[in-house]
Amino acid sequence: MQLYLPIAEVSVNAFVLLGLGGLIGFLSGMFGVGGGFLITPLLMMIGVPPGVAVATGANQVVASSISGALAQFKRRAVDLPMGAVLTGGGLAGSTVGGYVFDLMSRLGQTDVFVQLSYVLFLGLIGGMMLVESVKSLRRTGQARIKRAHVHSWVHKMPFKMKFRASGLYISVIPPVLVGAAVGFLSAIMGVGGGFVMVPAMIYILGMPTKVVVGTSLFQITFVTGYTTLVHAVTHHTVDMMLALLLIMGGVIGAQIGARVGVRLKAEQLRILLALLVLAVAIKIGFDLLLTPAELYSVTRVAA
Amino acid sequence: MKGWLLALCLMALPVQGEEIVSGVSQSGVSITTNFDGASILVYGAALRDRPAPTWPLMEVIITVEGPSTPLMIRKKDYVAGIWLNRGSVKITAAPSFYAVASTKAVADILLPSEDAKYHITIPQTIDTAAAPSADQTPYIEALQRIRQASGSFVLAPESVLLLRQALFRTDISLPANLVEGPYKVRIFLTRGGAVTDMQESQIDVQKAGVERTLYRLAMEQPLIYGVLSLLMAMVAGWGAQELFKRLRI
Repeated sequence: MQLYLPIAEVSVNAFVLLGLGGLIGFLSGMFGVGGGFLITPLLMMIGVPPGVAVATGANQVVASSISGALAQFKRRAVDLPMGAVLTGGGLAGSTVGGYVFDLMSRLGQTDVFVQLSYVLFLGLIGGMMLVESVKSLRRTGQARIKRAHVHSWVHKMPFKMKFRASGLYISVIPPVLVGAAVGFLSAIMGVGGGFVMVPAMIYILGMPTKVVVGTSLFQITFVTGYTTLVHAVTHHTVDMMLALLLIMGGVIGAQIGARVGVRLKAEQLRILLALLVLAVAIKIGFDLLLTPAELYSVTRVAA
Repeated sequence: MKGWLLALCLMALPVQGEEIVSGVSQSGVSITTNFDGASILVYGAALRDRPAPTWPLMEVIITVEGPSTPLMIRKKDYVAGIWLNRGSVKITAAPSFYAVASTKAVADILLPSEDAKYHITIPQTIDTAAAPSADQTPYIEALQRIRQASGSFVLAPESVLLLRQALFRTDISLPANLVEGPYKVRIFLTRGGAVTDMQESQIDVQKAGVERTLYRLAMEQPLIYGVLSLLMAMVAGWGAQELFKRLRI
């Protein structure tokens, strides 16, 4: 069944979109990530303009992260003050990201810019995750020395604040910066940024694992919501029809994915996710390196 | 003075005494949710007040032209190990859709001077601010190649059926990725490469129903539209969670 998307102005198969949403939902349910890093490149591959793919991807992440955030909130696994600080940084980062995105469209480098960001961030995070999880898989069985409290450079900064749920007394500067970085990525890549946020919360901020997922989902919901609004108002690029189909497929896929996910070990899941993230980075990287079939591209510009 | 008036009258009359009577199968196209392209039928006849000359033969060219927009054509270059957009050419206006259907290959039935006057072939419809320089030519060729590959520019020689030098018809299919606006349908009669008569009509392509509501809301009330998109996402995300929880019992 062909479906005409009113904002993207392309006609695509509705079942392809439902399937795509389902696949992303399945993966996000299994790994506990929003899946924005997959949806944006996949949409571009089926012919959705990059601007619409980024904006609508952000809208889809709102749907996939809000249900998770609510569930975690009921379990009291959300550090609200930390979430608020991260969101504050996130909104600032997203605004800056929006400006950079504008600048890149004016220079005609949107696609290259988006592709480069993907290769860089996905490659980096995917690689780090893979190394880390392979290491921890090897370590299983050996006793690990765990320190209750690690004092690092994070503790030497001013503007300290108490984050009770995380059991932390640290400066607000690192969380604001982490939030801003994720907000920036959200605006330029159409992603929630969970894949950056979760490791940053654990390794940079030193938050306990039990509140990491809930707090990151809390921040992602707000930041992607804000990103969606910014894109809708300034670029008119949010396609509600497209978002609806992706979300419909996604919510069903997420439920199935969550059930498959509980049967796998945490390390196995992390390795799989790392491989998936790396695969996307490599695919996009090849597009930048290999000679394109068509050197020229046509874009409509405002009069 | 009299001679001048006479000359004016002669100019107004079709040179060969041939006049087009024509029709289009539909006056409008609605882009609805399940829009998958449309086919329009253009038909007509040449009316004559005297027998048709036997030579040169009459030929028919039919064009359909979508709304024009300014464009930017960019070219990728290998820079520092990756492919980046480097060169660019701005096109003042080019039609979003253009189809040329004819009885024979257009080059054989139309003089270049007539083409320049009426802007009939695809290159004639692409408007650059100045005459394209040698550097710009590959860009403009690329535009034609890309749009022909995507079905936005259609060349259909020998697709106009001409019966007994009088009746003609052709089907023109519009692709699924249409842009809204007025679509200009032009019919040309030519003899020996010269245009003997021309007629123009219009088809309105418009988004309809949900498509129209969503598009207008997104363009005219972007804030409300954005908030609605968020609400939709929130309700869907949260609703699905609740629904599956109930189903599990």
